[in-house]
Amino acid sequence: MLTNLLLLIGITLMYSTPLVFGALGGVISERSGVTNIGIEGMMVIGAIAGAATSYFTNNPWIAFLVAGLSGGLVALLHAVASVSFAADQTVSGVAINLLAPGIALFVCRRLFDGAAMTPIVAKLPKIFGESAFAGTAYAGLNLNITTVLALVATLAVWFVLYKTKWGLRVRAVGEHPAAADTLGINVYKTRYICVILSGVFAGFGGASMTIAIISQFTQTAISGHGFIALAAVIFGKWTPQGAYGACLLFGCTQALTILLGGGSFPVPSTILAMLPYAMTIIVLILFVGRSAAPKADGVPYIKGSR
Amino acid sequence: MKAVTSFLRKPIASAIVAIAIGFAVAAVVLAAAGYDPAASFAALFSGALGKPKYIANVFIKATPILLTGVAVAFAFQTGLFNIGAEGQYILGTILSSIVGIMVDLPPIIEIPLVVLSGVLGGALLGAFIGFLKAKFGIHEVITSIMTNWIMLYLCNFVVGSNTFHKPNSTSALPINPSAYTMILPNWKKSPEGMAALDNIPWLKEVLLKTDLNMGFIVAAIVAVLAGILLARTKLGFKLRAVGHNKDAAHFSGINVDRSIITCMLISGAICGLAGALNITGISPHTITLLAAQEGYGFNGLSVAFIAGCSTVGCIPSSLLFAGLLYGGMTVQQVMGAPSDIINIMIGTIVFFTALPGITPILANWIDKRRASKADALLAAEAASATGDTPREQAAEDLVTDASNNVEQEA
Repeated sequence: MLTNLLLLIGITLMYSTPLVFGALGGVISERSGVTNIGIEGMMVIGAIAGAATSYFTNNPWIAFLVAGLSGGLVALLHAVASVSFAADQTVSGVAINLLAPGIALFVCRRLFDGAAMTPIVAKLPKIFGESAFAGTAYAGLNLNITTVLALVATLAVWFVLYKTKWGLRVRAVGEHPAAADTLGINVYKTRYICVILSGVFAGFGGASMTIAIISQFTQTAISGHGFIALAAVIFGKWTPQGAYGACLLFGCTQALTILLGGGSFPVPSTILAMLPYAMTIIVLILFVGRSAAPKADGVPYIKGSR
Repeated sequence: MKAVTSFLRKPIASAIVAIAIGFAVAAVVLAAAGYDPAASFAALFSGALGKPKYIANVFIKATPILLTGVAVAFAFQTGLFNIGAEGQYILGTILSSIVGIMVDLPPIIEIPLVVLSGVLGGALLGAFIGFLKAKFGIHEVITSIMTNWIMLYLCNFVVGSNTFHKPNSTSALPINPSAYTMILPNWKKSPEGMAALDNIPWLKEVLLKTDLNMGFIVAAIVAVLAGILLARTKLGFKLRAVGHNKDAAHFSGINVDRSIITCMLISGAICGLAGALNITGISPHTITLLAAQEGYGFNGLSVAFIAGCSTVGCIPSSLLFAGLLYGGMTVQQVMGAPSDIINIMIGTIVFFTALPGITPILANWIDKRRASKADALLAAEAASATGDTPREQAAEDLVTDASNNVEQEA
């Protein structure tokens, strides 16, 4: 029983980590008023950049940073489109989602002789070292370092958004950019920073899949994680702590699926696999009221317009 | 020049410019990676249009993404983002496969029955998403993403079930041939059909080597009908009103909740139709195990956005999209360049269609330059004081029509 419980906790935290990073990216971007459907694409870029850098440098920490930077670079495209050109943010985000897997696979095939996956690469360490508790019930608690980083990042984003002057400005820009502008806040600059930051977090999320959980990039390493992170943002009512909780819930149902599927549970695995998704909908129906998006979310700001 | 600037102000111009930029970016990427762009594009075009059967296959590939595109565009125009087209498509394939396997009637009843059950599946799922939004305020994007995955596993469940599984395969049993919607399926394989086709080689190739079916025609009709419904009917007006301003629509007596559900029901039904037409129209005529999302829904998003969310505009954009995807496979075979270059190209195109402001800005810039050139000309004329009236008059005309254009745009 204890073993199963600890295993459940371990798997929950492991599965939720990439989602947490992606969701934090979503929160930052959307709080500043820019919808970011492109989280998925930015995570894919982070995933390939992390895995490839780790392969060539053999240093997963540099790889983790490079993944964040690459995610930020892709996010810059989204920022240029949605902030400077007042583009339709949904369309631009969808474009990122098309573009990013294309770039990722193209680069991957060029670097690794036409293969759609990288070789096994160096991984980030676990918090208690690689083999601590191996074979004991506590093995599940030897978390990936990224899991801890995700929690730290959540607290940091919460602190910045709610306890600092700059965070207040970000929220103001997301609620009423014109009012923020009249108070001397640079709406465009704020949004640029937030969108790029969201790409950096998404890039970390992608890398925490490819250089912490599995140790290579594959075509399906990131398959829908960005969208689930997006759902977690909405589920968590656009707050970092809420999104973190939503990601944990999702990770937990996924862990349950794995544990139940491994046992002698008389339910087909395909039905079990639906559980995380069905559970999310049920929880939303039961516990979450109307979603309250930032007022100006998805609305381009054009100086001087009313 | 005036023709150029007025063309640049039309919406189609952004689409054409975006497509041109898409090709340009792909060319740069190909060249940077060491492939010959010109030869790659030649392979792309010959792969999509080189033979009659290729063209037929482009139409076959365009059918489902035309419909999911129309579904997305339809919902988008009424303020809903149907990212769940994929799930609605899958449920369409599941239900029409089940009905097609279980029921065997004459084609005249069987085909409508199988197709309608797919439509019903998509419509129910769409309406469910709309219902959750209307009654519980749950964002349609969340439910859509979740139902996409639920439907994927439901499909795998049905494929794996004892009743429907085809032994030693990864697919379900095929549907009864009475539901097939290929063009002249029996005649084309009969001796007299073969004899008749011998005289028309291209038609023979198209009919015998592809699953050419009625799907694209049906899909194009649906695209036009959806456009008419939105633009010309009372229901369409209500749906768009809710999309533009929910509160205003509510105060003018429109039932907002019902409108949201109706819109998602229609959008879902169109996706379900896409699924049903794929089951009845192309082999293997049944559902197969899905390892990942097939992308019909997500490709539908791209089709809709390239078309600027015009349902009729989805017809050319789905053909373009299908041509790129289908021809892209040849690029990999002939050039060895990863076919992912096509995704980069499509992504670039969609990205630049997201910037609808870019071509009018360009037009304004051209006009301004003309205006300042004309100003300079006038100043020069004044300085030399020769009083060459016709030239001065011409320059003045230029200035006024340029500034008119700028004002119109502003």
